[in-house]
Amino acid sequence: MARQREIGKAGWWHTLGATVIGLFYFFPVLWIILTAFKTRTDALAIPPKLFFTPTLENFKGVFFRSSVSGDSSEATNFGLYFFNSIFVAGTAVLIAVIIGTLAAYAFSRHPLRGNDTYLFIILTTRMMPPIVVIIPIFLMFRVTGLAGSYWGIILLYTAFNIPFSVWLVKSFFDELNPEIEDAARMDGSTDWRVFFGICLPQIVAGLAATFVFGLILTWNEFLFALLLTGVETRTVPVAMARTIGGEVGVDYGLLAAIVTLFLIPIFFVTFMLQNQLLRGVTFGTVKK
Amino acid sequence: MTGVATSKSSPWSWLTDPKRRGPLLVAPAIIVLFVMNIFPLLWSFGLSFFNYRANRLNVPEFVGLRNFERILTDDKVWDRFQTTALIVGSSVVLQLIIGFALAMLFAKHFPMRRMVMMLVLTPMMLSFVSVGVFFKFYYEPTFGLLSWVVNLFSDETFVLLATPAGAIAGIVLADAWMWSPFVMLLVLAGLVSVPKYLYEAAEIDRVSAWRRFRTITFPYIKSLLLLAVLFRTIETFKLFDIVYIITNGGPGSSTETIAVFVYRMAFQNFRTSQSAALGYIILFIVIVLTNLYLYSVNRRAEEEAL
Repeated sequence: MARQREIGKAGWWHTLGATVIGLFYFFPVLWIILTAFKTRTDALAIPPKLFFTPTLENFKGVFFRSSVSGDSSEATNFGLYFFNSIFVAGTAVLIAVIIGTLAAYAFSRHPLRGNDTYLFIILTTRMMPPIVVIIPIFLMFRVTGLAGSYWGIILLYTAFNIPFSVWLVKSFFDELNPEIEDAARMDGSTDWRVFFGICLPQIVAGLAATFVFGLILTWNEFLFALLLTGVETRTVPVAMARTIGGEVGVDYGLLAAIVTLFLIPIFFVTFMLQNQLLRGVTFGTVKK
Repeated sequence: MTGVATSKSSPWSWLTDPKRRGPLLVAPAIIVLFVMNIFPLLWSFGLSFFNYRANRLNVPEFVGLRNFERILTDDKVWDRFQTTALIVGSSVVLQLIIGFALAMLFAKHFPMRRMVMMLVLTPMMLSFVSVGVFFKFYYEPTFGLLSWVVNLFSDETFVLLATPAGAIAGIVLADAWMWSPFVMLLVLAGLVSVPKYLYEAAEIDRVSAWRRFRTITFPYIKSLLLLAVLFRTIETFKLFDIVYIITNGGPGSSTETIAVFVYRMAFQNFRTSQSAALGYIILFIVIVLTNLYLYSVNRRAEEEAL
């Protein structure tokens, strides 16, 4: 770790200050998690309660709601929405990373005429506001009957993830030493074997990072899902927004529980990818 | 030699020709992007010259440039662009300040640095909807944390989102909280690249802290700061989800960003072709900004190579 040698060590005050400020910065997240474990009265108590008896009521409430008649409880749709979020994001990102890796390899090793123009157009499709492209897509989906279907949203999310995958994976290919590939070719390896046997194994970690980043971006996406999913294919962000849209007293305890469940994968990812985070959020344009 | 001969005679030979390898590998990506991005954009380009409402069965009527004319002379559109500029400007400035301060904190090693930094980086990975939910909860006038803090000092009920200025501040605060860690990451990358001997030399010469920053640190981070500003401007320009959740554009239309405005125009008022025209104006702005961004990325790469 060359990076660790280049920065100095902090004194005691610096350490204390950084830790306190770090915790303060995280506080909004922490408070939501605490709220998820509170009863309805505790959640809305003034002054706010830092110490309370934790309850799992809210988490139960996400998946089961007690029916009006009394003791029997019926399942809410949130199980389905969580499944939809995972299924749609997982499928779309997997396809996008495969397609994106092929394209990234070509852009890196077999430049086309107008290579940079293609790359620019690809990046622009990612940079443009979703609201611009959603208007015609909405009409297109209505005509083709894709609106509200899994295929429609998966196809859209695949397209949404391709630019990001191409740029990010290309940044990993660009870092490899092409001499190794040339040497392999001299020894008689086919291009096929150079790609699968030499290039890909070197960037496995990068591919994994790309996949996970794509998952998070798609998992969090709201506008496309709002307009193009139906009751059966609704994802969690849309369901969350609908819960908050209810005018009569938003149940913040319940909402906090949904958000907390939605957070869990994100904690894992942030922790695992800490060193790749910068490259991921800038689509590979800034490496270090 | 025989290998070459057989591959030439096979019907697939035109495909496996090394000259076609690049285009062939790129094709799937381009096809998907064409179907889901480029074609829809061409469609909406065509649409922007017609009078069309998606909720009616009328035949689209060709109106030439009238949609663009209407959009560009509409006071509302200019007003929403100003709102967006205000939110983008204040949020990006705030992100720069907070991000820079955070980077200074994490530019040194201390025990548990990795853990604490992860806590700070979490907001960036959250969904806009979750962040919207957080802040809507904290801004709540009766039981929100912010109102509670304000009520420690005054007796009046504090409703942040009731005034236009307060609502904008609320949105900016949520967005800046979410994205300052992004600036922090970029600044940290710059700080790490400063050669340590420059600081040591400055120490010997007893250079003041401000001058040390201006002549040593700043030159190393300025290209990254520019990237941060451009990238965040492009992204904040799209701001939709947070506004949709926290204020829904209110009070009145004081926090209606251009993205929310287009959304309403297209999907609530069904002025489909006019919204397509406005979409094109937005697209043009984003293309200019993206160009600037890539230009700065390339310039930085050249500087590094020197």
